[in-house]
Amino acid sequence: MKCDVCESEATVFLTQIINGQMTTVNLCDTCSKAKGVTDETGFGLAEAFLSQAPAPISAETACPECGFTAAQLKKIGRMGCPECYHTFRDGLDGLLKSMHKGTRHVGKVPHQIVTQNAIAGNLGLLREELASAVRDERYEDAARLKSEIESLQSSHPSHA
Amino acid sequence: MRFTTLIKHPADWMKGSGLHSDVVMTSRVRLARNLRGFSFPGYSAERQRVELLELARPCVESLPEMADGYSEEYSGLSKIRKQVLVERHLVSREHAARAAGCAVVVDRKQSLSIMINEEDHFRIQGIRAGLNLRSAYSLVDKVDTALESMLPYAYDDRLGYLTACPTNLGTGMRASVMLHLPALVLSDQINPVIKAVGKIGLAVRGLYGEGTEALGNLFQISNQHTLGEKEGEIISQIEKVIERVVSSEVNARQKLLEDNPTMLHDQVGRAFAILRYAHVLTSKEALNLLSLLRLGADMDLIPNCDRSLLDMLLLEIQPAHLQLSAERDLSPEERDTRRAEITRTRLQLLTGPSNVSTINQPSEEKPSDSNDE
Repeated sequence: MKCDVCESEATVFLTQIINGQMTTVNLCDTCSKAKGVTDETGFGLAEAFLSQAPAPISAETACPECGFTAAQLKKIGRMGCPECYHTFRDGLDGLLKSMHKGTRHVGKVPHQIVTQNAIAGNLGLLREELASAVRDERYEDAARLKSEIESLQSSHPSHA
Repeated sequence: MRFTTLIKHPADWMKGSGLHSDVVMTSRVRLARNLRGFSFPGYSAERQRVELLELARPCVESLPEMADGYSEEYSGLSKIRKQVLVERHLVSREHAARAAGCAVVVDRKQSLSIMINEEDHFRIQGIRAGLNLRSAYSLVDKVDTALESMLPYAYDDRLGYLTACPTNLGTGMRASVMLHLPALVLSDQINPVIKAVGKIGLAVRGLYGEGTEALGNLFQISNQHTLGEKEGEIISQIEKVIERVVSSEVNARQKLLEDNPTMLHDQVGRAFAILRYAHVLTSKEALNLLSLLRLGADMDLIPNCDRSLLDMLLLEIQPAHLQLSAERDLSPEERDTRRAEITRTRLQLLTGPSNVSTINQPSEEKPSDSNDE
């Protein structure tokens, strides 16, 4: 029998009955791990595969940046380029859960990103203040805020 | 700096000092980093790797830590020289197997090395003697911050530093400690220790990392998880585990001395005798005997034996170091002869294990239990 996701030989066969409705899924070893099937604590088969299931990644799916394919990923277990993490995002969480303590990075953040996030945060606040100044017809404040926003944007063009 | 100048001097971390240096040989921390807009080295064409190298190498060389350092592209390095760098833990075996578009930059003290185009674009590694992961981390952290201001890193808010292999995502950090655990091995307690360490999510490996044998009673313990935890938390967890393993080893040594002094003196004495007088030594035999000799030195069973003499010897007798000093390729047989010769010469300075009698010690319950006819 073939895997429902990637068409390799299926080795994991799951049946779940919810409200009298039976669902069966056949998976190969890799896909079962990728989908987190090994994690027996509270995974819902239906949720994991059917209701909100993203279209399965076909073996020919290729990264637009580097041309790396899902088939290659499956074969070597490594990505082709940083962009591949977006291309092959579906199913990644299950894989990460089996490898790591969590699925979200909590460690060091590059200073450039810290600065960018801080600027984005500041800009957001200034824009909110500007909106409320305009609403309250505090035009002097509004003019000051507007020029602050403009100067922040001009010194950091990526946020313009 | 030239290769010969770099290798002539012992690295800072070979001087046998640092916290728990009787059990902990070295602490290493490496960070995996990649650049946006470039394929990972394992998938990129040679042209792309060379392009990245040309962009990245000047930045790495410009780091203040790398002033007077050694920088070499792999196409300019012989197989033996690459292998010497592997034996010194300055580059990985995987990296040494690569060629065009790969380079390594090492600081003059050999405590910082940056591999370019390994599995990731950068592998930044710091080494310290003894148990000192924090100092190794602060070194690589500083270098990483400096590189990041010059080059566009591949980073994702959710996944952290993007790496070729998903097992390195997040912090991209691997912290590993090299331990010398002869007493746990001699007293058959090593397997439960390895199992316990494995259970809490740390990896135990042999001398040269993944898939290598634990020669010379040397073991590496390192973190496996890199995502979902902070660097400091990962390091704290390893430190805690290492402290426990160190005290198990220290206790095991003490217990050997109390319960089984004859066996201990016998093992150390035999190791000394073979190393001091043998004319043929395989790498495996030499590593295992040197381990026993180091144990003897650490337990003061050999008078005036400087630990760093043995640690240096451990490096000198490895295959590529032997061939480098001979300035030619050596057959395995020639290496075994040369290894024995160097070992004999170095140990000439030692007086040998103290000649103590253990027969009348109370713990030796059955001295008649020998195989003598």
